[in-house]
Amino acid sequence: MTETLVTDLTVLVLSLLVGFEVISKVPSTLHTPLMSGANAIHGIVVVGAMLVAATAHTPLGYVLVFFAAAFAAMNVVGGYVVTDRMLEMFHRRPAAERSR
Amino acid sequence: MSGSDTAIRLLFLAAASCFVLGLHLMNSPATARRGNQLSAAGMVAAVGTAVGLLARDGVITATGLIVLIAGVLLGSGAGLYAARTVRMTAMPQLVSVFNAVGGGAAALVAFAEVARLGGAAGLAGASGQTTVTVGLDVVIGAVTFSGSLVAAGKLQGLISGAPVLFRGARLLNAALAAVAVTGVAAIVAGHGGTIALSIVAAAALGLGVTMVLPIGGADMPVVISLLNAFTGTAVAMAGFVLDSTVLVIAGALVGASGSILTVLMAEAMNRSIPAIIVGGFGTADSTG
Repeated sequence: MTETLVTDLTVLVLSLLVGFEVISKVPSTLHTPLMSGANAIHGIVVVGAMLVAATAHTPLGYVLVFFAAAFAAMNVVGGYVVTDRMLEMFHRRPAAERSR
Repeated sequence: MSGSDTAIRLLFLAAASCFVLGLHLMNSPATARRGNQLSAAGMVAAVGTAVGLLARDGVITATGLIVLIAGVLLGSGAGLYAARTVRMTAMPQLVSVFNAVGGGAAALVAFAEVARLGGAAGLAGASGQTTVTVGLDVVIGAVTFSGSLVAAGKLQGLISGAPVLFRGARLLNAALAAVAVTGVAAIVAGHGGTIALSIVAAAALGLGVTMVLPIGGADMPVVISLLNAFTGTAVAMAGFVLDSTVLVIAGALVGASGSILTVLMAEAMNRSIPAIIVGGFGTADSTG
């Protein structure tokens, strides 16, 4: 095993453990926004698309980079905006109830 | 490690920290919106850092840059428009579509890396780390892509919300899984390039469809959450392929937290995950 592989594996395992711990007792109303928020985070693959773009030099490579970049950008931008809309709605409801 | 190298790695670390803290803040209604905004700020930092990385290295070709910018603009525009205009009731299926393209992007990143390594012959000389993670990335990414689209279709009513069962479904599942596993094994053994990888991707795309079709529409939110965790894992694998720590951290974070969330969602609905995956009888969508 190379040193980078061992380092990457260490990071992977510790991140998995953090991921297991970071979700605690979530009220069920927050399940969908939380899923959507996590969905936006894996839009980080847009950085991956940028990294492969740096080294692409064939027509096939360019086609793959284009679709990877478009898909990833859609995931990240749409993911955050739709999550924010969900939570905005969530925020307003208790206020409306209080005013009643 | 040069100065700029250190700065880039530290900025990626800061971005990853924002994701963890943002996700944690999303556990409670009072702080949830701030959590999402913190996570978005981390994403802006990560993309900005990647821009800096591209500018510093300067190896990207003009065509590569144009293609990248065009792709990002098109994807951002489509995502922004869809997220802004979607009705509240249609949000879960839109999240599923975003999840699908995320998984697809992770698989395409692996393909692009293989194409760079030289296509057909490229993987013969690649390290075990590359071949194993390319295989896993493409399989998980492709299953998520087609599976999430079917899940979105079911919620939107484009595909019957009732469990779709047909004769030989199990046999077809097993055959597709066998093709995918054999293909990955061939790639790891150094016998395959883009063609073997395409066959693996095709089998995995089919598997995503046949896995989600037999599940009832009422169980779709749990399935989408599970596929969300899959995408996280695929992104972590892409991180291994590209040797990018920030991808490994963010991907693993979503993979693990998404799994926990899937269990919580299933519990809230009084369903067990194995029962949902096996699917079939008595799980029809309540709305028909």
